[in-house]
Amino acid sequence: MSLLSPIKDHHSERRLFIGRVILASIISFIMLGVVVARLVQLQVFDHQLFAEKSQGNRVRIEAVPPIRGLVFDRKGRVIAENLPAYQLELIPEQVDDIDDTLRRLAAIKLIEPNDIPRFIELSRGGQQFKPVTLKFRLTDEEIANFAIQRPRFPGVDFQPRLVRHYPHGGLFAHAVGYVGALNTADMQRLDSARYAGTSHTGKTGVEGSFEDSLHGDAGFRHLITNARGRQVPASNRELLDSLPTDEAANPGSNIYLSLDLDLQKVAFNALEGRRGAVVALDPKTGEVLALVSSPTFDPNLFAVGMSTGEFRGLQDNPDRPLFNRATHGTYPPGSTIKPMLALAALETGATNLTRKTVCIGYFQLEGNEHRYRDWKREGHGPVDLHDAISQSCDVYFYELSIDLGIDNMHEYLTRFGLGSQTGVDVSGERSGVVPSREWKRTNFSDRDNQRWYHGETVIASIGQGFMLATPLQLAAAVGTLAMRGDRYRPHLVAAIEDPLSGERQAIEPDWLGNVAIGNEFYWDNVLEAMNDVMQGPRGSARAVGTGAPYKMAGKSGTAQVVSIAQDAEYDEDELEERQRDHALFVSFAPFDDPRIAVAVIVENGSSGSGVAAPIAKAVMDEYLGYSHVSAE
Amino acid sequence: MFRPSDTQRLLSHRTIRVRNFSGLLRRLNIDGPLLSGLLLICAFGLLVLYSAAGESSILLINQAVRLGVALIAMLVVAQLPPDFLRRWTPWAYAAGLVLLILVLTKGDVGQGARRWLNIGIRFQPSEAMKLAVPMMTAWFLHDRQIPPKFGHLAAIAVLIAVPTILIAKQPDLGTSLLIAASGIIVILLAGLSIRFIVGLGVLAVPGAFVLWNFMQDYQKQRVLTLLNPDSDPLGAGYNIIQSKIAIGSGGLFGKGWTNGSQAHLEFLPERHTDFIFAVLGEEFGLFGVLSLLALYMFVIGRGLYIAIQAQDTYSRLLAGSISLTFLVYVFVNTAMVTGLIPVVGVPLPLVSFGGTSMVTLMAGFGILMSIHSNRKLLPH
Repeated sequence: MSLLSPIKDHHSERRLFIGRVILASIISFIMLGVVVARLVQLQVFDHQLFAEKSQGNRVRIEAVPPIRGLVFDRKGRVIAENLPAYQLELIPEQVDDIDDTLRRLAAIKLIEPNDIPRFIELSRGGQQFKPVTLKFRLTDEEIANFAIQRPRFPGVDFQPRLVRHYPHGGLFAHAVGYVGALNTADMQRLDSARYAGTSHTGKTGVEGSFEDSLHGDAGFRHLITNARGRQVPASNRELLDSLPTDEAANPGSNIYLSLDLDLQKVAFNALEGRRGAVVALDPKTGEVLALVSSPTFDPNLFAVGMSTGEFRGLQDNPDRPLFNRATHGTYPPGSTIKPMLALAALETGATNLTRKTVCIGYFQLEGNEHRYRDWKREGHGPVDLHDAISQSCDVYFYELSIDLGIDNMHEYLTRFGLGSQTGVDVSGERSGVVPSREWKRTNFSDRDNQRWYHGETVIASIGQGFMLATPLQLAAAVGTLAMRGDRYRPHLVAAIEDPLSGERQAIEPDWLGNVAIGNEFYWDNVLEAMNDVMQGPRGSARAVGTGAPYKMAGKSGTAQVVSIAQDAEYDEDELEERQRDHALFVSFAPFDDPRIAVAVIVENGSSGSGVAAPIAKAVMDEYLGYSHVSAE
Repeated sequence: MFRPSDTQRLLSHRTIRVRNFSGLLRRLNIDGPLLSGLLLICAFGLLVLYSAAGESSILLINQAVRLGVALIAMLVVAQLPPDFLRRWTPWAYAAGLVLLILVLTKGDVGQGARRWLNIGIRFQPSEAMKLAVPMMTAWFLHDRQIPPKFGHLAAIAVLIAVPTILIAKQPDLGTSLLIAASGIIVILLAGLSIRFIVGLGVLAVPGAFVLWNFMQDYQKQRVLTLLNPDSDPLGAGYNIIQSKIAIGSGGLFGKGWTNGSQAHLEFLPERHTDFIFAVLGEEFGLFGVLSLLALYMFVIGRGLYIAIQAQDTYSRLLAGSISLTFLVYVFVNTAMVTGLIPVVGVPLPLVSFGGTSMVTLMAGFGILMSIHSNRKLLPH
């Protein structure tokens, strides 16, 4: 180990070492040069790209859902609004033992024990800082109860949010409809940009059909987030100053309905909870003034969310509260079509005003023993067209039907809008059926069934057999009668209001044409007969109309229940009740200047004039301002 | 032994200045320029660390304490004359090997690797080997012919390979490669023929294939990720992508101290340890990273100057190796963070948070200082 080892040449060794150090220094410079070159590349040449990536990293765009438009009735009263409600939320990362917390929440009855596994899954699945909603709407009691116990539940709290609220409960459930939580089908249908951040969408009624107007446009908020997506408080200005500007949400338009809250209430109450529907409209414009289907349900259940049991209860209810009878229910129109057939017969010459038929209580087709009975067993005696309408003589129309023929009946009833959709501004309405030879040929496969029989013409003349119509169609048709042939598209929405400017765009009446029965004399006679139905000495509904302070016109109908759902749930009494005839009534008033046309159906109500007519009268009284007078 | 004669000689010549600062440094065998460079790096490092650690003063104090310990280690080592170090080198090396074997049999497991030994205090014996291997190599060559003969090379290869393999088995690929590098640097400085180096380079190609087959899956993944970080942006490639975004978005002058969004919003992983260089790049820009690199270059340059000034084979080889290994650390870390080489888990020397490596590094610089102050002032 001596420094003076003979084999070592210290000078040459030193030279060699210095050479190597120089070489090493050159290599070092090259290595660091590579790093510096890389840094220049990243920080100078690609700086813009990385600056954008860094921005994209930290800035998260969060959608701000728009506030849904409000719905008002024709007098500006709130029908659908947005109310703040408190929901119970759990933030997974703030809860030590989620299972235990949920069990204790169930113990104080804030959540259902059955839901615990679902909430556990939700808590584990998502981002740990994102709240899981345990309950959508807390009652005041629940809030008070939880507020006391809050210290026991770290990570669980209630948060406010806006919930759609229908202050009148079930009153507008079918007309205005409801909003419900977005489902997969909605997601595919709707524009994802507009619906970013939205949780609910209109499902039925005006809420469904005017979803586009009511919803509004989502806005956007830029948030600084860290790598796990958590929002960072805006304490550090440097991190915030380069944020793009936010875009405010565009609130949805407000909708003014043509419906009248008071009229709706009267119609609904008049039905007294029976299965049925009332549609009232302004014949001059087509504005629907009332649209009621009974029984009803609370649309708030859909907006807040209900348990599977509650929903099944609504669905399985034999009275079908979810079913919108006014637009989706199709019924044999019964005698309510007689005024229209009378006009058709006059126009085509199938009858005239003086022709009389002796009603003996039944009618027989030539060479056929079958008796088509009148509702009045003993018969009406000799009746002309006017009597046939006012007293609702079936035999007159049986006889007339043979001369008129099914295809003329089809032609004229179709002109009145039966058998096709009215074009009302809420979707899903049924079109009903006005039969004809052609219709039978295309709708039946069996050769025998494809033939049209005279007997079918006979019963069609009193709105039985294949004929079906919705209450809305009947209301529109009687409105057309009131207007002496002018048809207007029925609509529930009267105006759409921009919530920011307050600018209101009214929906103009949509004239659909005229039924083209030109002779005013025919109209005078048929409408006078309809007036006599209610206010004439022998009118079928004179009990309802006589003594009223205004002149009105109407026509009753009683429709046989053709087929009965053989539901095992009914006992004999109830089954019997469901075999009774449907009661129908159509009317309009005032006679000389019609402002309201009404169609009423009471399922299994037995008597059109006895059960349905008073309901129609009550609605007309209310609308025309005679409710107090008539109540006396 | 602790009072080197040359210092006494210098003191006798410049008594007037005895009490001034540079005199004090000389008495303590401290090299002023080297110490200044190191302290500047450490100060800069603490500044960046404070921001990288989310403005945590706890971490900062922790690191400052470690720095203090490391500086004391440096001071102590600087008092050991090279001759003393050389005499004890084989023993230190042997002790290191024993400790490495103990680690593999009885070591503590942490982060999927067995790297720590707990004898009252927890430490990594591989850290000691970072100094022991170049010391042993230099010791071996000290009284042998330079450039080394082939037989000697084979012996040195064994001396380097044994600890390298033991550390690689922990597994700690990064450290084992650095230790191998520190030994190989000694051989290169000792004048290994350029032709031989080229020959080894040619052999390295099949060697790489063999190495690939011996690599752990995570190691292979790191190589693959480097080649195409975007193939797995949320997995293995995430570190490199986020690190490049951090550095690139820093631009010329950076986003400002404590304003790095990549670091502060936790996009950048390992931001106060292996990837702290990216925080520096993000917050201080090209200006900041070049400043730090310049400081490193200064320290390395000073180290090589000391190596050239050294008078005996052991000292100059060891000084050269310590300086150049430091360069390798800097290069590997910065190249890794900028996405030039695979992520190998090498901290940025003196800046990354972490204790043992800082002590080792400072002890190394203590050796440099000892070598410098013990150089014989012979006329050239």
